[in-house]
Amino acid sequence: MLKEKDKIFTNLFGDETYSLKSAQKRGDWNNTKSLIKKGRDWIIDEMKKSELRGRGGAGFPTGLKWSFMPKDPALNNYLVVNADESEPGTCKDRDMIRNEPHKLIEGCLLASFAMNAHTCYIYIRGEYFNEAVVLQNAIDEAYEAGLVGKNAAKSGWDFDIYLHRGAGAYICGEETALLESLEGKKGFPRLKPPFPANKGLYGSPTTVNNVETIAVVPTILRRGGEWFSSFGREKNTGTKVFCISGHVNNPCNIEEEMGIPLRELIEKHAGGVIGGWDNLKAIIPGGSSVPLIPKNICDSVLMDFDSLTEVKSGLGTAAVIVMDKSTDLVTAISKLSHFYKHESCGQCTPCREGTGWLWRMMEKIGEGNATSSDIDKLLDVTKQIEGHTICALGDAAAWPIQGLFRHFREEIEESLTKIRAA
Amino acid sequence: MSNLNDNFSFSETNEREAKKILSKYPSDRKQSAIMPLLDLAQRQNDNWLSRDVVEYVANFIEIPFIKAWEVVTFYSMYYTKYNGKYLVQVCGTTPCWLRGSDQVAKACKEMISPDQNTLSKNGLFSWMQVECLGACVNAPLVQINDDYYEDLTYDTTKNILQSLMDGVEIKVGSQNGRTSSKAVS
Repeated sequence: MLKEKDKIFTNLFGDETYSLKSAQKRGDWNNTKSLIKKGRDWIIDEMKKSELRGRGGAGFPTGLKWSFMPKDPALNNYLVVNADESEPGTCKDRDMIRNEPHKLIEGCLLASFAMNAHTCYIYIRGEYFNEAVVLQNAIDEAYEAGLVGKNAAKSGWDFDIYLHRGAGAYICGEETALLESLEGKKGFPRLKPPFPANKGLYGSPTTVNNVETIAVVPTILRRGGEWFSSFGREKNTGTKVFCISGHVNNPCNIEEEMGIPLRELIEKHAGGVIGGWDNLKAIIPGGSSVPLIPKNICDSVLMDFDSLTEVKSGLGTAAVIVMDKSTDLVTAISKLSHFYKHESCGQCTPCREGTGWLWRMMEKIGEGNATSSDIDKLLDVTKQIEGHTICALGDAAAWPIQGLFRHFREEIEESLTKIRAA
Repeated sequence: MSNLNDNFSFSETNEREAKKILSKYPSDRKQSAIMPLLDLAQRQNDNWLSRDVVEYVANFIEIPFIKAWEVVTFYSMYYTKYNGKYLVQVCGTTPCWLRGSDQVAKACKEMISPDQNTLSKNGLFSWMQVECLGACVNAPLVQINDDYYEDLTYDTTKNILQSLMDGVEIKVGSQNGRTSSKAVS
């Protein structure tokens, strides 16, 4: 279990205020200038040493991503922070924004400096209105204190930071859709290449990072990349904020060591599965897009990127959705299919048509009005969508259904047979 | 509410706010300001956007109306009709459903209207089911205008709606007494 002294987010639950004064007492903005004075290469090197992998879901190594940014000072590089938290099950960034906004703002300055960016936009989901108010207040505080703006934190680096509110579109969590949205357009994902590091916001080099990725940067730089990488195991390092929802006694967010066993995570922090561990049916371990895993895998799996990939699921955003034996799994997944149908931007045909098709088929199965060959057809359609769209929303719609039938097909077919016989 | 949109223009305060919004983006990238400006206009216009209002915003940033209308219809938080003083959005995605969002929706049906997107008899409320609101460890929840009400049951949902009807102040956030997303110990 992660010790209190090793937690990065010491005010995750807002026990103290988010104000600058309070944040400084917790160590934020402590001699930020000295970190910047160590130089760009040092920062990127420490980030590489930390082995931090992006916390938005894809898990790409952060230090490496930053190193892709062009170093030409004549270019107008941007940092864009993705605070469009909308992956069902996920609500960790919300707590960081409303209770630890100064960690995020300081991280923005450090990351922007490392990537030669003088401007940063934070794109926050529109529904997080009160969170946006808090973050704007914190930004204003930082400007007033000279921590951001011209000669930010007396570092010699000019840095502006702006908050931009979205308006309710899951797809804008996809980085290129987010950039389109920030440019004032519909959130249609862009074809890659060119990647944002070459042509991003307004055609300039841009890096898009998740809130948690940026908010851990100041602590990593202060305590050292090696400190961070001492948690977890190789390539799966650090601490991580997990969101535990669904059928547990005490749903919560909690910062823990990467690689904590799933069972331990739930039993130590969320009061266990309702009705006890043996009442567990299945868990979606990383937000709605990743395939569910049945109890026998949950018994021993570790919560990190590579362990969950090995069992054909994923860490994603580390949003753990617990489902006990009372759950009608077909309905649970069908609701996710409805989500993807609703959130498909409509740009690519396989996704626009396919997500609706998947949902209707899932409903048909839920009503008991389907056969084994319908399931075959459904799985075949998921394969036609997966990998055939501009962005990963198509994949995200396909995977939960594939996961459901990978582990529970027999059980579902049995119940369909029973319904037909009746 | 209906007269406001015939000749819409930003109020003095909002005109200042709009200029502040524009200053966040490069001067040749005014279109970037469309989302916050539509939001500002919507707030001034009883939380909905008529064609006139959208035209005004499009003119304000010098873009064709259709480009603005595309944005209005793409994003779910712009409303093209009046939704009442209180718009109740019930999250129904899986994490909320697992914790009983059907009961929350039932309370809304009984207290507001049997159908979604329909004004209550007193004209004050409407409700709709929405997708994930991103507060899943505090499920189930509703968003009423700008505020989240979390850790709901059928009864607490009814209490909240009744309090709004009676003009009684209610606490925003978790309704089961806990702090934010911390586990109840």
